[in-house]
Amino acid sequence: MADAFPFELVSPERQLVSGEATQVVVPGAEGQFTVLANHAPFLSTLKPGILDVTMADGSSDRIFVRGGFADANPDGLTLLAEEAQRVADMDMASLDQAIQNAREDVADAKDDATRTAAETKLAQLEEVKAVL
Amino acid sequence: MPSLKDLRNRISTVTATRKITKAMQMVAAAKLRRAQTAAEAARPYADKMSAVLSNLAAGQMSGGGEGASPLIAGTGSEKVHLLVVATAERGLCGAFNSSIVRLARKQARELLAQGKEVKLLTVGKKGYDQLKRDMASRIEERIEFRAVKSVGYAQAEEVSAKIMEMFEAGEFDVCTLYYAAFQSVISQVPTAHQLIPAKFEVSEDPVFYEYEPDENAILDDLLPRNLTVQVFKALLENAASEQGARMAAMDNATRNAGEMIDSLTLSYNRQRQAQITKELIEIISGAEAL
Repeated sequence: MADAFPFELVSPERQLVSGEATQVVVPGAEGQFTVLANHAPFLSTLKPGILDVTMADGSSDRIFVRGGFADANPDGLTLLAEEAQRVADMDMASLDQAIQNAREDVADAKDDATRTAAETKLAQLEEVKAVL
Repeated sequence: MPSLKDLRNRISTVTATRKITKAMQMVAAAKLRRAQTAAEAARPYADKMSAVLSNLAAGQMSGGGEGASPLIAGTGSEKVHLLVVATAERGLCGAFNSSIVRLARKQARELLAQGKEVKLLTVGKKGYDQLKRDMASRIEERIEFRAVKSVGYAQAEEVSAKIMEMFEAGEFDVCTLYYAAFQSVISQVPTAHQLIPAKFEVSEDPVFYEYEPDENAILDDLLPRNLTVQVFKALLENAASEQGARMAAMDNATRNAGEMIDSLTLSYNRQRQAQITKELIEIISGAEAL
């Protein structure tokens, strides 16, 4: 059994996970990396992707994260994500629907500002779909 | 002297008002609890963010501040100040809005007296309403969240995006945010918080991290995020403070209405008594005259 270390996942609105984990796979900006216990101090920004968490009690979790950074040090791993959602809670049908809506928004946009906003939204949604 | 009917009408009006203020107080109490939980839930993120940033910033500033991001090092001058005044969308919450505006206005006057230039960005309808009276020409932009039920991260992003846009266009040097910090239900302290250049408590013994991508790239990514987080924190505190202030104000109003009803009832009874006495005297003296 691998050593456990404290793991926290916080988004600005709430704390999603807080507990002991044995292994966490983080989608870093320059590539995925895995954090085990007693990791050297390491700070990396995140790219949109799936976080793979194995908790100390053997349960595992897949969480979608976007924007933010990971702070690993011997005292544990802290992940600050601007957006975080459990993959299990994400509904593919509603995601497809959202993408569809975003496409229509881009097509319907009347001025540049709304078009840019709609395009960013569409790109984000497609990123989510791609990583899933 | 108001007639009996007038008094009766007033009593029923005040009773109706008391019912409304009582209801508002209870709504505010319920909303306050929610706002407080939200503010507390946001705290770990903000704390962690500033811990990491102070570590990073300490590294950059120790190098003499050379090549440091203008978001922490400043633009080199402090001629133009941007005051971001965050207030509520609604009134009827005691001195909540005016105390924030008063603090902002006082500092704006001081800055003007020092020959600095002042620009304003109002967040929330009430702040705009109060500031447009004497500083309308300085208000650069107003943001309102009328349609938003409870402030979320998206609103903070909207505000910080606006600030960043103005900063990148070189429209100001120093940015300060005004809001009411929530201390307790009865005490909300209007606070000024400098956003740009950002101030950090430098930690005593910095941990040496390995960075990916490099330090500067991380800072460039994190500093705008930090701005959003700070704004978000302020908005949440403001929301809690607003409900706290409203609860206290409505509690007062309910109590005042109660006192008013008591004194009106008293004078109503007195007058009714006087009228009965008067009628009795009339009957008796009429009978005696026969």
